[in-house]
Amino acid sequence: MDKKIFRRSFIKKAILAVISLEAGYLISDIFKNKSVKKLNPDLFSAGKSNIFEKNKMYPFNSGKFYLSVFDDGGMLAISIKCTHLGCIVQPDSKGFLCPCHASAFDKRGEVLSPPATRALDIFPITIEKGEVMIDINSPIKRKKGFRKSQLTYV
Amino acid sequence: MENNKINRSVIVNFLLHLHPHAVNKQALKFSRTFGLGGINALLFVILAFTGILMRFSYVPTPDGAYNSIVSFQNNSLLGTLIRNIHHWSAMLMVVTSFLHLLRVFYSQSIFYRRKKTWYFGLILFVIVLVFNFTGYLLPWDQLSYWAVTIMTNIVEYLPFIGEGFANMIRGGETVNENTLLNFYTFHTALLPLLIVAFMMLHFWLIRKARGVTVANNNEQEMVHVYPELVSREIIAALSLTAFITLFAIFFDAPLLEKANPMVSPNPSKAPWYFMGIQELLIHVHPFIATVVVPLALIIFFVYIPKIKIDTEKVGTWFYSSKGKSIIVLSVVFSAFITLLLIFIFEYWLHLNQFEIPLFISTGIIPLFMFLLPFFGFLFYLKTSKKADKVELVISITTTIFTSYIVMSFVGIWFRGEGMHLIF
Repeated sequence: MDKKIFRRSFIKKAILAVISLEAGYLISDIFKNKSVKKLNPDLFSAGKSNIFEKNKMYPFNSGKFYLSVFDDGGMLAISIKCTHLGCIVQPDSKGFLCPCHASAFDKRGEVLSPPATRALDIFPITIEKGEVMIDINSPIKRKKGFRKSQLTYV
Repeated sequence: MENNKINRSVIVNFLLHLHPHAVNKQALKFSRTFGLGGINALLFVILAFTGILMRFSYVPTPDGAYNSIVSFQNNSLLGTLIRNIHHWSAMLMVVTSFLHLLRVFYSQSIFYRRKKTWYFGLILFVIVLVFNFTGYLLPWDQLSYWAVTIMTNIVEYLPFIGEGFANMIRGGETVNENTLLNFYTFHTALLPLLIVAFMMLHFWLIRKARGVTVANNNEQEMVHVYPELVSREIIAALSLTAFITLFAIFFDAPLLEKANPMVSPNPSKAPWYFMGIQELLIHVHPFIATVVVPLALIIFFVYIPKIKIDTEKVGTWFYSSKGKSIIVLSVVFSAFITLLLIFIFEYWLHLNQFEIPLFISTGIIPLFMFLLPFFGFLFYLKTSKKADKVELVISITTTIFTSYIVMSFVGIWFRGEGMHLIF
């Protein structure tokens, strides 16, 4: 049985095909992003590890993170991007405060007061030849908040 | 000469085909439509012309955008005025599109053959919002940068696809030069094409339905479109143009300092027409605010015109005299319950502090705190007021609109530093 293709149905199908191709091309980007990023980690050098004092926070604006050093020498690179709606958090006495909607975080990045529901993201730290390197393109989401294992020691 | 004549008649013919030859006399009355559809069309034309003028000098890069706008305002002839007209027309268009939607809904003009006009109208409304939102970023000042940051982060709350989708919109994880180029392309190329296409369909459908609805279907007295309708349209168009020009002379479009990705202003707010969503997001779980509520709204709005109403009622303002009182009751009920819940969640009840999953404590519980009284209210209308199906739908829609407007008001004017309530 041979099906006839009519002019109208052909045009309709052609338009649909073009639109789906275009949409597919755009949507494929959604799934592509993550794999590309991991191939080329962009390491940010924060300097020699011995210059950082314990119990202090160091801002690195160009890397978009705070390097938080704790009592025991453990380090955490905390993202400055609020997990609520993406504003830039400011340091305060308790830890961090988001100026946009008043979410507050402690020095480990854990939520002290809403609307944020998730702790601030952290970046992986590696220590190479005594230099603290931060992979600023691979933020880690902390669904369960702070864990001791997130700390990096020299 | 001959050529001229042919050209002219083609154009005149085309324009005349936007209208039928004659229309029902009742359709001329201003309170029938308030000219809202025409106002939107005119605003689109104003926006297109002023937009094209600005596009000649706009530079879509983070370094160039802000400076090109400042230079356009200072150095081009009437630059500030042109930008002001574009800005205020765009803001007005969001309002008049919404009013147009209210008008056709409350005058029962969306049923039967007008069903598709309503659907294309809804699409047009979404296009207007996206249009406005993409234009919001282009000045690249503190206001626009952070509004778009907030809005794209709201998108991230969509489950599964949210982050990928937001990254696609932004062309990255933060608002950057890719975002600006994306928005610029949408705003000046794709959306103009789309809106023109959908406007044509929208107009054609109205024409096919023989113009706007009329209040009384028994009065069939017809009048000529020219000059009766066209003269009125010209008066309305000139008044609107004069109003916008005057407004633009006295009120400047906002332009804060250049965007600084390192400093968030306090508070940071989404564009005003999305403030209702941001306000909702302060109180309820993101899944409810970004998925459940919008999805329910879409289904509801698609369902409305499928109702079989009495054909006599098509075109009747507020459906019936009972309809009017139901609308008033719904507005009062909705405003009251929305404000009450906002105060409760702000001052007394912090749902996220209970030791149960957040989706239940901040999602299901507040949803039912709104829905239970609402269903009670609908039950009251059905039993005591003997409301029929259409009247219940009118009540639901009114409650939704009022609630969104109240949340927007609170978000826009009563949220200060740290998004706390201020009086």
